[in-house]
Amino acid sequence: MSADVDPASLSPAEPERKVGLVLSPAWRRRFATLGWGFVSIGLFAGIWELLWALGYANPLLLPPPHLFLSDIPGTLQYFDRSNRIGSVASGGGVLALLLTMGSTTLRVVIGLTLGFICGVAVGATIHYIKPARNLLLPTILLLAPISPVAWLPVAIFVFGIGDVPAVFLVFITVFFAIVLSTGAQIESVPKNYIHVARIMGATRRQTFWRVILPSILPSLFMTLRLNLFAAWMVVLIAETVGVGTGLGQITSMARSTFNARLVFFTMGIIGVLGFLSDWGLRQVQRKMLWWVAPNQGASR
Amino acid sequence: MSSRPAISIRSVSKRWTPEGRAPVQALSNLTFDVAPGEFIVLLGPSGCGKSTLLYMIAGLEDVSGGAIFCDGEPVTEPSAERGLIFQEASLFPWLTIADNVAFGLAIQHEQPVRRREIAIEMLKRVGLGDMLDKKPDELSGGMRQRAACARALAMRPKVLMMDEPFAALDVQTRSRMQDFLLQIWRDSGACVLLVTHSIDEAISLADRVVVFTARPGQVKTIVPIDLPRPRQSRDPRYHAYRDMFTELLADEVERAFAEQEAG
Repeated sequence: MSADVDPASLSPAEPERKVGLVLSPAWRRRFATLGWGFVSIGLFAGIWELLWALGYANPLLLPPPHLFLSDIPGTLQYFDRSNRIGSVASGGGVLALLLTMGSTTLRVVIGLTLGFICGVAVGATIHYIKPARNLLLPTILLLAPISPVAWLPVAIFVFGIGDVPAVFLVFITVFFAIVLSTGAQIESVPKNYIHVARIMGATRRQTFWRVILPSILPSLFMTLRLNLFAAWMVVLIAETVGVGTGLGQITSMARSTFNARLVFFTMGIIGVLGFLSDWGLRQVQRKMLWWVAPNQGASR
Repeated sequence: MSSRPAISIRSVSKRWTPEGRAPVQALSNLTFDVAPGEFIVLLGPSGCGKSTLLYMIAGLEDVSGGAIFCDGEPVTEPSAERGLIFQEASLFPWLTIADNVAFGLAIQHEQPVRRREIAIEMLKRVGLGDMLDKKPDELSGGMRQRAACARALAMRPKVLMMDEPFAALDVQTRSRMQDFLLQIWRDSGACVLLVTHSIDEAISLADRVVVFTARPGQVKTIVPIDLPRPRQSRDPRYHAYRDMFTELLADEVERAFAEQEAG
């Protein structure tokens, strides 16, 4: 909408500036966001550094940023390229760090994608096919409140040590939420949308793919985004226990070797990845669900 | 008239059975015909079941008794020949205006190029020729309603039904939309059934006005409007019609009120 045009840019009293750098309001807002981001993080790090300088923060337990960021090559040697538990770190380096980040991210992405697709499929089946609803819904309602973490032993019993249990836990995190939300969203599709489809002679299949699915996708995507952070938590726990590589494994190893620098370095990486993946989902939403206003929804 | 009626409604009644309560008689024993190309307005107090009648003609609701015939064929299911326009335009927000208009054609597997041609033609006809690739929420209420019209017209319906289509619009837009509707009606040759509770809307549009009683809805009377178009609200005959309808409805509104009070 044109409502959020900066009033200053409209005021006729303002003489035209001759200075070279003139930014559009959108860019100015972006820079402001970025600037405040730096100020906020800087303040947090500054207080931490101050506490260290005053001697309140023990550098062995709570090493301030300049300590855990100073020796990055030294830290990186703990990252391993092989996807095996207990393998001796062989050099590490930036590539190993990227591989570790990549494998954790990949587990999240695969788990979320599978969970989303299966969730919508099962949710729609439950909604439309009465016997399926009678058979499945009670079990789903029983399983849905169980914390994904509680599934971890089951995942390891069934799938063994490896990538699958981690992906499975992420899957569980979104699956039940999407199943239950799909049914509720199908209920709330405006009746007139369905009427229009029926009048135009749409079959049930056409109505589902062309009317129901597009009208429920935005809210389902919102459910997915709300569960993204839970998915990140769960994947780290799974990696701590059941997978040879990944950021969770590094954190666990850092804890058991009392390597506080590595702990905070990895936490920083995890924070950045979580932020980036939410940003990524928002971009996907903008591209694929273009009819939904960009600011609509959670975590904005 | 030699040709058979476009729609005939024969002793139609409708009962609702709300869960756990006594059934409600919404419509009882309606009988009237609509000639091809005729403009009919259904006028009545709110809750009298006039919208329900439209939904039954559209085939979206079943009749509880009697039968509805369209071109001599009994109505059993919805058909694009009987287009229905709602109070809200109900355009799909994920489609552009042109794709919305072409939605029915896509359902019927029309070629994409042909679809686009028809959508452009229809949108030009409703005065939205430059809005093809806009999103529905970029349009004003009146424009959206015209786009919904174009979507129904793209299927070349024989009957165009409208359920209080202009009720959500402001007064100025409303009267422009009425002019627009008359033009569409003349161009398309379809017969129009329009539900309203506005007496002025009925007088300025209709060939015949079907006046409903309060619930259970019955045909109270059918009044042909014998005025040349465009109709002027200054015309004394227009006033006479308005007085007549006001009186006809006053009883019914009172009865509906009394019934609601009684619970």
